[in-house]
Amino acid sequence: MEKTFDWFGARGVELRRTGSDREYAGAVGGVDGVELVLLSAGEIPRELAAGRIHLGVTGTDLVREKLAIWDRRVKELAPMGFGHADLIIAVPKFWADVDTLDDLDAAAAQFRKEHGFRLRIATKYHRLIREFLQANGVADYQLVDSQGATEGTVKNETAEAVADITSTGETLRANHLKLLSDGVVHKSQATLLKSRVAKWTTDDRAALNVLTNLLGLDG
Amino acid sequence: MGFFEAAGAEVVEADILQPAETLLDLYGEDIRARAYVTSDPLRGEQMLRPDFTVPVVQKHMAEGAEPARYTYSGEVFRRQEEEMDRPFEYLQVGYEVFDRENPMAADAEVFQLFSEVLSPLGLRAATGDIGILKAAVEGLSTTDRRKQALLRHIWRPRRFRALLDRFGAGAKPAASREKMLNLLDSNSVEVLIENGGPQVGLRSEKEVAFRMRALKADAKEAPINASEVELLEIILGLRETAPNALENLRDIAVDMPVIAPAVRQVAKRLEALDTRGIDVSTLDFDASHGRSTMEYYDGFVFSFSALGRPDLPPVATGGRYDALTRVLGNGRSIPAVGGVIRPELVQLLKGKTA
Repeated sequence: MEKTFDWFGARGVELRRTGSDREYAGAVGGVDGVELVLLSAGEIPRELAAGRIHLGVTGTDLVREKLAIWDRRVKELAPMGFGHADLIIAVPKFWADVDTLDDLDAAAAQFRKEHGFRLRIATKYHRLIREFLQANGVADYQLVDSQGATEGTVKNETAEAVADITSTGETLRANHLKLLSDGVVHKSQATLLKSRVAKWTTDDRAALNVLTNLLGLDG
Repeated sequence: MGFFEAAGAEVVEADILQPAETLLDLYGEDIRARAYVTSDPLRGEQMLRPDFTVPVVQKHMAEGAEPARYTYSGEVFRRQEEEMDRPFEYLQVGYEVFDRENPMAADAEVFQLFSEVLSPLGLRAATGDIGILKAAVEGLSTTDRRKQALLRHIWRPRRFRALLDRFGAGAKPAASREKMLNLLDSNSVEVLIENGGPQVGLRSEKEVAFRMRALKADAKEAPINASEVELLEIILGLRETAPNALENLRDIAVDMPVIAPAVRQVAKRLEALDTRGIDVSTLDFDASHGRSTMEYYDGFVFSFSALGRPDLPPVATGGRYDALTRVLGNGRSIPAVGGVIRPELVQLLKGKTA
C-alpha cells in the first residue's frame, strides 16, 4: 500500500489513509470526484469485473487467475514497477533428467505408469497453470490445491512439483527445488487497472481524465 | 430419440452428477476447464456430466448383454471460459453400438442412421479414421519409446508436431538436454543425481536414473527416416473425397505396408456405407479429423456441420472408441461406436430453412 501511495505521490496525486491505522479508509488529494477504497489485493479483480470500483491496483497474476477473459473485463492502464513476482513451475533439484516442460510431460507419463496416479503439482494458481500446461501440451498431471507453504508439499510427499510465486528463488533453493528453464508462467507486477464493466458517468469520465493527465497516461 | 429406438436401441439414462475422478483420469486436468466440478462432503468431487459416453460405457461394461444398442437424451454441461455466447447447458441425443461381430458394419450403421435423421438439414458430413495415423506411427522404424511418446500425443497436434520434429532429423534437443548428455559421458547417472542434492518427494532416484539412461540411449538412436516422416506428413495432410483418399492411402501403403490393414478397414467401411445407401463418392475424408476434439476416439470419426455457419459447433459428432471400453472395463473390452446430435441446433437450423 505504501508503494502504491508513493507511486501516485510521485505523480502529484496524494493518497492517504484517514482515521486510525486500523481503519480501512482513505482519501485522494489533488483530484476531485475520486474516492479511495482500501481492499485486499485478491478481491480487487473481482470488484473491477463486477463494476463496483472503476480503478484498482493489484498484481497481474491475480487478475489473470481470478478472471476468465480478463482482458475483456479490465484494462491495464500502467505497470507500476514494483511488486514484481514470477509465477513459476519448479521440480526437485535432484531430477537431473528434467529441465523443460517437455521433460516434465515425459516424467509425468512415467510417474503415472509407475505410481498409478497422475503427477501432482501443488498450486493456488489453478487457472493460470492449467492453461499454461495445456498450451504446452503437458499431460498426465493433476493440480492439488495449496494455499500456503507450497514449496513444502514436495518434501511432505503431497505433491511431486510446485507452481508458485517466487520473487527471489530463495524458498526454492531452501526446499531443494529448481525452476524449469521454460517454466515461467507469468511475470507479475503491481498494475493500475481500469474496469471495462463499471458504469462510467460523465463526472466519472471527467475525474478519470484529470487523473490520467496527472499520471501521464492515456485512459 | 424415438428414431434410434425404432432402430432397435434400448433407452438408457445416466446420473447428472458423475464422479470427477473417473473423468479426470480419462481426460486429464484439462477437463476442469470444460466441465463443472462440484463437491459432496461424502462422495468427494463430482462433475456435472460433460457427456453421456463415459457413463453409458460404464453401464454396459458392468451389466450389458452383447451385442447392445443404446440411445439416450438429456442435458450435458460445459463450462465456457472463452466464448460467452456458447451455451453452457445443452441437449444431446445419442446412439451407441457395442458389437464384436463386424465393426465396419457398425460404423456404417451409426453413420447411416445419423445421415438419415439429419438429411432434411442438408449438412456437410466429414469423416476420418484415427486408426490410420495410429497404424502409421506404430509402423515407424524407430524405438518403442518414441512411438509411445507420439501415440500419447496424437490428440495434441502441437505436441505431436514437436515430437516428430525432434525424432526426425530437424530439431535439436534443448541446450540443457545436451549439457546433461555431455555430463553423462564422463559421470555416472548416480553422481549426477547425487549432485542435485537431497532426494525429496515421491518420484524416486530409481525413476530419475531410469529416464536418464533412456535419454542417453535415445540420443544414440538414428533420427526417424526422412521418407517415413514424409509419408506421415502426407497422411496428416490428407483431405479428399473418400474414394480418392482411399486411392492415396493405398499408394502410401505400398511404401508403408504396416498401414495396409488399417487401409483395408477404410475400404471395408466404404463398402458397408455404400451397401447402406450412402453416396461415398462425395463423402469427405480427412485423416486428421477428430484429432483435436475428443481424446477417446481411436478409429472411425465423423461430424455433420451446417454449411456457411462456421459460428456454430457441429450439429452431430461421433466415432469409434474401442480403447475407452478397455480403460473403463477393468480388463475387458468391446468394440464400440456411437455419436451424439444436438437437437437445439437442429431446431435452430430447421427454423432457418423453413
